[in-house]
Amino acid sequence: MDKTIVNESLMGSGNAWFPSQASTFAASIDGIFFFIYYGSIILTVGILAAAAYFIWKFRKKVHQQADHNPALTHNTWLELAWTIPPLLLVMGIFVVSFKDYIALSIAPQNATQIKVVGKKWFWAFEYANGVKTLGELVVPVNTPIQLLMSSDDVLHSFYIPNFRVKRDVIPNRYTKLWFHPTKTGQFQIFCTEYCGDGHSDMLASIRVLPMADYQKWLASQGSGGDDLPLDELGQKLYTSKACATCHSIDGSAKVGPTWKGLFGSKRSFVDGGSAVADENYIRESITVPAKHVVAGYGPVMPSYQGLLSDRELDGLIEYIKTLK
Amino acid sequence: MSESTPATSNYLTVSTGWRSWLLTLDHKRIGIMYLVFIVLSFGLGGFFALALRLELLNPGKLLFTAKQYNQIFTLHGAIMTFLFIIPSIPASLGNFILPMQLGAKDVAFPRLNLASLYVYVLGACFCVYSMIAGAADTGWTFYTPYSSTTSTSVISMTLGAFILGFSSIFTGLNFIVTIHKLRPPGMTWFRMPLFTWSLYATAIIQVLATPVLGITILLLVLERLVGIGIFDPALGGDPVLFQHFFWFYSHPAVYIMILPAMGIMSEVVTAFSGRKIFGYRLIALSSLAIAIISFLVWGHHLFVSGQSDYAAVIFSFLTYLVSIPSAVKVFNWVATMYRGSIDLRAPFLYFLAFLFMFCVGGFTGVMLASLSLDVHLHDTYFVVAHFHYVMVGGTTIAFISGLHYWWPKMIGKMYSEFWAFVAWAFIMVGFNMTFFTQFLLGSKGMPRRYYNYLDQFQPLHAFSTSGTWVLAIGFLIMAFYLIDSILNGPPAPDNPWGARTLEWQSQSPPITENFVDTPVIASEPYDYTGARS
Repeated sequence: MDKTIVNESLMGSGNAWFPSQASTFAASIDGIFFFIYYGSIILTVGILAAAAYFIWKFRKKVHQQADHNPALTHNTWLELAWTIPPLLLVMGIFVVSFKDYIALSIAPQNATQIKVVGKKWFWAFEYANGVKTLGELVVPVNTPIQLLMSSDDVLHSFYIPNFRVKRDVIPNRYTKLWFHPTKTGQFQIFCTEYCGDGHSDMLASIRVLPMADYQKWLASQGSGGDDLPLDELGQKLYTSKACATCHSIDGSAKVGPTWKGLFGSKRSFVDGGSAVADENYIRESITVPAKHVVAGYGPVMPSYQGLLSDRELDGLIEYIKTLK
Repeated sequence: MSESTPATSNYLTVSTGWRSWLLTLDHKRIGIMYLVFIVLSFGLGGFFALALRLELLNPGKLLFTAKQYNQIFTLHGAIMTFLFIIPSIPASLGNFILPMQLGAKDVAFPRLNLASLYVYVLGACFCVYSMIAGAADTGWTFYTPYSSTTSTSVISMTLGAFILGFSSIFTGLNFIVTIHKLRPPGMTWFRMPLFTWSLYATAIIQVLATPVLGITILLLVLERLVGIGIFDPALGGDPVLFQHFFWFYSHPAVYIMILPAMGIMSEVVTAFSGRKIFGYRLIALSSLAIAIISFLVWGHHLFVSGQSDYAAVIFSFLTYLVSIPSAVKVFNWVATMYRGSIDLRAPFLYFLAFLFMFCVGGFTGVMLASLSLDVHLHDTYFVVAHFHYVMVGGTTIAFISGLHYWWPKMIGKMYSEFWAFVAWAFIMVGFNMTFFTQFLLGSKGMPRRYYNYLDQFQPLHAFSTSGTWVLAIGFLIMAFYLIDSILNGPPAPDNPWGARTLEWQSQSPPITENFVDTPVIASEPYDYTGARS
C-alpha cells in the first residue's frame, strides 16, 4: 500500500452526520435519513412541548381537582388521528427505502467483478487478470464494480462508509456487493462483523482512480517491487500484507509472536517439539502456519500459500533477519 | 416484636430467620429476593460497562488486551441481557405487584415461583463460572462459526443463558395462569390495570419464544462438544441459520424488556396526573398487538447477512407496523396529562425521562428499519446507541420509575425526593452524554465491537466515556438514598400517591396474603372520580 496516500477522513468530510458521498447510492440513503431525522425532531419537540405545557398548566394545586369528564379519557377519532397518519408516513418511508435496497441488491450486467476473501484479519482481493492485492482495493471511477466475497474462517462484513454499502462475508458461501464510485480518492474499508482479537485492525483502503490510471495500475501489478532490495521489499510487505496486525517488530507480543530477534532463535511448539527458526521454518510458518504453532499462541494465522510470490517470501525472510 | 394482628404485622415481619426467606412461598418475598439479585447483576454489568468505556478512552491499549476487551464487552452484554434486563421488571416488580393489582393472594403456582428464583440463581452461577474460567469472547449474540471455534468458555456462558430461560418461562407461565384463574369477583379483563396487561403480553412471549433460544443454545453446545455441524460451515452447517434461530427468540425478547416498561409508564402517568388514563383499551390491546407482531420481525437483524432479499423486504414492512402501537401509547400518555392534576414526584420525573429517550430510541428504530439506510448503519455505533436508548433510556428508566413508585409499598419507607431529583439529573445528563455521542460516531462509520479505532474518532469516544462517569455517580447517589430510606426513612402511608389500583388498598408493607378480605371490584381501574383518598 502506498503509505503516502491516506484515506479520506470520515469525521472531517461530509456533513455533521455522514462522511462524504462517494457512490451513486449515498445521496438517496442520506436523504431518507434526513427525512426521518427532521420528522423525528418535529414530533419529539411536539410531544415534549405538549408534556411541558400540561405540566405548567395543570400542576397539582391544593383546591383544584383534575377534570374527570369521561369525554377526556377516550376519543376514538383522536386516537385514529394519531394511528393512521403515522402508519401512512412509515409506509411511505418503507417504499422509498425498499426501492433503494433493490438497487443495492441488483448489480448491472456489465459490472467489473473482483473477488474478495476475508480472513482473520485482512482482506485479499483478486482481479480477473490474476492480479492480487492485500489490504488495498483499487477501482476505476464511474464504473460499476461487483465484489464476489467469501470468508476463509468466521463471519466478516465488508463496509465502505463513504459508499454506504455493507455486506456480510460468510464461509462456504458467496455474497455479493456492488457499487458505482463517483469520486476519485482513497477511502476507508472496515470489517463490521465481530471476528476476534484482530477485528478492529481488519482494515483496508479502497483507492478510486480515473480509468486511465486504473488501467496503468492494473498493468503494472505483478512486477511490483522487482526493483527493491529484498529486505526493503519485506519491510513494505510487513504492513501491506497485514503482518503488522498480529506481529510486532519491537519485541511486544500481539496476537502472534514478535519478529524481533526471531531469526536464529529456538522456537518451542504447543505440541512439545521445538526447532531453530531458519529460512525454511519461516517459509513454512507463512505458508502452512498451523503446522508448528509456537507455545503460548493459538492456531489462528491463515495460510498465505498462493498469496505471496517466491520473491515476496524471500523478502519477508530477509526483513526478519534484519530485526535483531 | 411482631404481633399477629394485621395492623402491625406485615410480610417482612411475619416470620424471621433465613429459612423463612429461602423457603418462602410469598410472591412478595420472592419479588424482593429477585430485586436484590437483579440489582447486583446490574452493578456487575455496569462495572464491565465502565471498564470497556475506559479502555475506549483512546485508541490502542490503555488497560486491557484485545482479548480481554472482547471478553469484557461479552460479559457486559450477556449479564445485562440475561441476568438484568430480561428478568428485571417481570420477576421483581411484576412478582410483587401483579397479584396485588389483580386482587389475588398470591400467584397461581407459588412453588414454581420459588423454583424460578432458584433456577435463576443456578443460571447466574454458570455465568459467573464462565467469567472466571476463561470468559467467552463471542459477544452476547454468540454468532457462529466464531462461537463454535473460539477457545474461550462459551459452553458455560450459553448453558447459563439456557438455564435462565427456564426461570423466565416459569415466571411467564405463572403470570398467565394467575391472570386467567385468580381474578377476584368483578375483575373483568378490561378492569385489569395496564401494568398487569403488559405483563400478560410479556408472559406470552416468554413462554413461546424462550424455548427457541434453549434449542438453539443446545445445538451450539452439541456442535462444540461433538461437532454435529448445524451451524459451522467447516462441518457442513449454515452460520446464517444460527442468526435466524437466535433472533427468533432475541427480537421478541426485546419486547419482553420493553412491554413491562410501558406498563409501568401507564401506571405512573395516570397516578401522578390524578386522572383516568386516556384510551385505556387501546393501550391494553396495543400491548397484545406488539407481542404478536414482535414474533414476525426477527429478520430485520439480518438485512446485510445474506438472507433472501424478499424476506428482508417483508421483515422491514412488519418492523414499521410494530412501531405504530408503540407510538399510540406515547400519544395516549401525553393526552392523559391534559387537564390532570400533575404531581412532579420522582416516578413522574422518570416518566418524563422515558418519554424523551423512548422517542429518540423509537425514531432511530424507524431509521434502522429502513432497508437501505440500515445497510449503512448496521453493526455501527448507531445501533449501539439506538438499543441503549431503548434498553436503558426505556426499560431501565421505567424500572427505576416503578421502583420509586412501588418502593413505599414494598419497603414501607419513604425516600428523599430531593436526592431522587439529584440522581435523576445526573442519570439524564450522563446517559445522553454517553449515548447520543454514539449516534454521531455510528453514522460517520465507526463499527461496533472495536477494541482499536481510527484517531479521528477519539474526541467523541472520550466524551462518551466521560458520560459514563456522570451516569455512574447518578446510580451511586440512588443506591445511597434508597439504602438510607430502608434504615432511616419515615414510614410510608398506605397510599402516598393517591393512586387507585388495588395494591394501594393494602397496608404498607402489605400483610402476607395481601388483603384482609378478598376485594370485590365494581369499577374500572383508574377511577379517580370517587371520594376515596
